[in-house]
Amino acid sequence: MSIRAILGRLISVIPTLLITWTFVFGAMRLVPGDPVLLMLQGTPISDEAMEAARAKLGVDRPIVVQYVSFLANAARGDFGDSFRSRQPVTQLIAAEFPFTLQLALGGFVVGLLLGATLGIVAGVWPNGWIDTVCMTTALAGLSLPSFWIGMLLIQVFATGLGWVPVLGTGFDALILPSISLGLFLAGGLARLTRNAIIEVMGQDYIRTARAKGLTAWRVVGKHAMRNAVIPPLTLLGIQFALLIGGAVVTETVFARPGIGRLLVLAVLEKDFPVVQGVVVLTTTAYVLINVVIDIAYGIIDPRVQG
Amino acid sequence: MKAANLTRRPWFVARLLGAPGAVAGAVVIVVILGLAVLAPYLAPYDWNANSQCRRLAPMTAEHWFGCDLFGRDIFSRVIYGARFSLAMGLSTVAISLLFGSLLGIVIAYAGGWVDRIGARVIDAMLCFPSIILAILIVAVLGVGLLNAALAVGISGIPRFARITRAAALPLVARDFVEAARAVGAGHGRIVLRHLLPNLAPILIVIATLDLGGAVLFTATLSFLGLGAQPPTPEWGAMLNAGREYVRYAPWTMIFPGLALFLTVMAVNLVGDRLSLILDPRQRDRS
Repeated sequence: MSIRAILGRLISVIPTLLITWTFVFGAMRLVPGDPVLLMLQGTPISDEAMEAARAKLGVDRPIVVQYVSFLANAARGDFGDSFRSRQPVTQLIAAEFPFTLQLALGGFVVGLLLGATLGIVAGVWPNGWIDTVCMTTALAGLSLPSFWIGMLLIQVFATGLGWVPVLGTGFDALILPSISLGLFLAGGLARLTRNAIIEVMGQDYIRTARAKGLTAWRVVGKHAMRNAVIPPLTLLGIQFALLIGGAVVTETVFARPGIGRLLVLAVLEKDFPVVQGVVVLTTTAYVLINVVIDIAYGIIDPRVQG
Repeated sequence: MKAANLTRRPWFVARLLGAPGAVAGAVVIVVILGLAVLAPYLAPYDWNANSQCRRLAPMTAEHWFGCDLFGRDIFSRVIYGARFSLAMGLSTVAISLLFGSLLGIVIAYAGGWVDRIGARVIDAMLCFPSIILAILIVAVLGVGLLNAALAVGISGIPRFARITRAAALPLVARDFVEAARAVGAGHGRIVLRHLLPNLAPILIVIATLDLGGAVLFTATLSFLGLGAQPPTPEWGAMLNAGREYVRYAPWTMIFPGLALFLTVMAVNLVGDRLSLILDPRQRDRS
């Protein structure tokens, strides 16, 4: 990938972010009610204090000015203060983010191990009963309500057998949430991997490897796997979106700290600066991760040209 | 299109039901629909009547699924819940499908800068993780069952728009569109009478593939407390309400969750089969 192509890809991020941020800004202006009253949440104050609060929030200025300053602040990572805790939103998110990252990584590892295994097994023996069993399992993974499976896991392994703590933020408290989140991911990954393997197994170099008399394991392990992992991995970006979405649910079920839990509570408490901050930051992270992956593939695989 | 003709052949249903999974799925869907329609006749107790039994009482011959915190019969509530799951799923998919497909066709048909900008906006909107987008919309509209359904429906619009646009682009350049224009057909007529019918098979496929997810997604919002509110017997909301008492009364969450899982699985099994028959290229889904 040429420097020019990389730069082009980086610049294309700007309109994308502008559109998503504009959407969030517009959505927040559609919230019914006076933002100052929402901020005060029922506490009565004098008219002068109202005016002061209005000026501090900036809602007394023309909408265009508000929009521009929103964009400028968002670019600096400043989303104002929480209506509830009065702390800067960015600080709140930064405090919660490590927990979500741990969970996302745990979920990703579980999802990858489970999904890839199912997909490879199904793809190596396609269209038979093995394939049917694996793909039905994958479909079940996609159909399982992750909050339900999370509650079942807690019930069996934490409350029932006592193998892991119900609550907490240590490593052993991360196991069940990771499984719960990973199952959600594994279904989709299994389907992708299966199709990638089937496609690769039909290629000439696999036939050559077979003709050379290599064992089945060697053909799959050395020749097929390497080429088949690429298509599912290109979808890493999409996996990130699924992980963030899944984290919202998983954190709620397991009462874990994290930005997903922060977002849900903020919506319930009508804490709009926090809602706005979490949505803008997760979306921006998603956009940036995808660009990085894109560029990385352009460098690794010269056939991919942006 | 060739795929469109398939639906008219008598063996379509036979092929759809050619796989054991799809048969099982179809049976479950019929059962769920039956429960939804006949709920008042099938439910042994009033879904909202307190003190039908001891609080959090376990499963008995009178109360098959046990009782919840208010002494309500869980079996009756699960039966009534069937009304919400499929209705919510279908209405959210209808919103995504209607607005998404129209948007996709219109920008593809308009072409030029409308298409370029439209495609850009759609791609940008797809950068919102869909649950985050739905939660943002709920934050604006307010918490509630209908708002949650609306939010899930709206958050699906970019996805449907992108697929429809991609499918419509090659059609727009075809001779029949030119011919229709030549005989004086208006834009609206071309879009609705010429382009839309040709896109029907792919739209049916994506809508069916989306339905299971939509049912799950709406229930998820209810579970988070953003959708259906108590005492509505919606499965996700029932799980949310039972969360605090799971330890003492696991049946409060096992049965609503099982019902939800079976419904989504059934819809996915049928959807998978349908997509295989209607469009072999749609076999994989991320």
